[in-house]
Amino acid sequence: MNSSVIVFPGSNCDRDIAVALEKLQFKNRMVWHKDSDLPKSDLIVIPGGFSYGDYLRSGAIAAKSNIINEVIKAANHGCLILGVCNGFQILIETGLLKGALLRNKNLKFLSKDVFVKVVKNDNKFCKKYKSGQIIKLNIAHNEGNYFINSENLKKLEDKNLIAFKYCNQKGEINEGSNPNGSLNNIAGIFNENKNILGMMPHPERMVDKTISSEDGINLFSSLLG
Amino acid sequence: MLDPQGKVIQQILQNMGMNTLKELRQGKYFEIEINEKDENKAKNKVDEMCKKLLANLIIEDFKVNKL
Repeated sequence: MNSSVIVFPGSNCDRDIAVALEKLQFKNRMVWHKDSDLPKSDLIVIPGGFSYGDYLRSGAIAAKSNIINEVIKAANHGCLILGVCNGFQILIETGLLKGALLRNKNLKFLSKDVFVKVVKNDNKFCKKYKSGQIIKLNIAHNEGNYFINSENLKKLEDKNLIAFKYCNQKGEINEGSNPNGSLNNIAGIFNENKNILGMMPHPERMVDKTISSEDGINLFSSLLG
Repeated sequence: MLDPQGKVIQQILQNMGMNTLKELRQGKYFEIEINEKDENKAKNKVDEMCKKLLANLIIEDFKVNKL
């Protein structure tokens, strides 16, 4: 599997993603945002961080960068795209994923471990998890409060495009287990073809038992086929 | 639309005794100079800028005023 990690000025999770991918024997390349050629990739990852200092809106400037045109083209040809945290915000700003990510409800930058539920495993990103599995991942964001209008929310639900929901240790999805005010506890979503996944929690921070846990590793190993 | 920053500012102003304050929302403001003599064309250009980048139409709307 060939993967590319897109690097923007202000990206700060790019190397963590690369470590996770290389651990699973992906042939990974780092791609600078000014490049206009994308190496042939089965998977493109847009990492977390603060691209362009979060100027204007988180992800808004990165969404207009050179390389993003290539990412959009690849996405439309079915290439797998994963956006984590700021990467999710960028995918939202490109329009590849629907909705918006607003300031956290409590106005605080959140950096902590949370529980999320894998909604279904019938997709390329989650197939090594069980449907309904509860995993612990880390979040670190200021704008993770997912919003979408009710008509499109219904589409997400009906077409089974919600990938992860925030929950508590018992798997209960409610206001108490919602860290940032996201609509329906949404932590990650797919596009209609399910080749694009955007998520606020960081799976790449949970790929090594010595440092944290291995709850995130199945997301990457699922992609190996 | 939930505007948590606006809500906090509103609450503080009300605590400060601004009793007639009904609702407050926070937004953004850009000053834009355009190299264009035709006013309509200039306005259309700014509209395009708002739609393509400056505003996120899912959560924001915009208004263009001549200064």
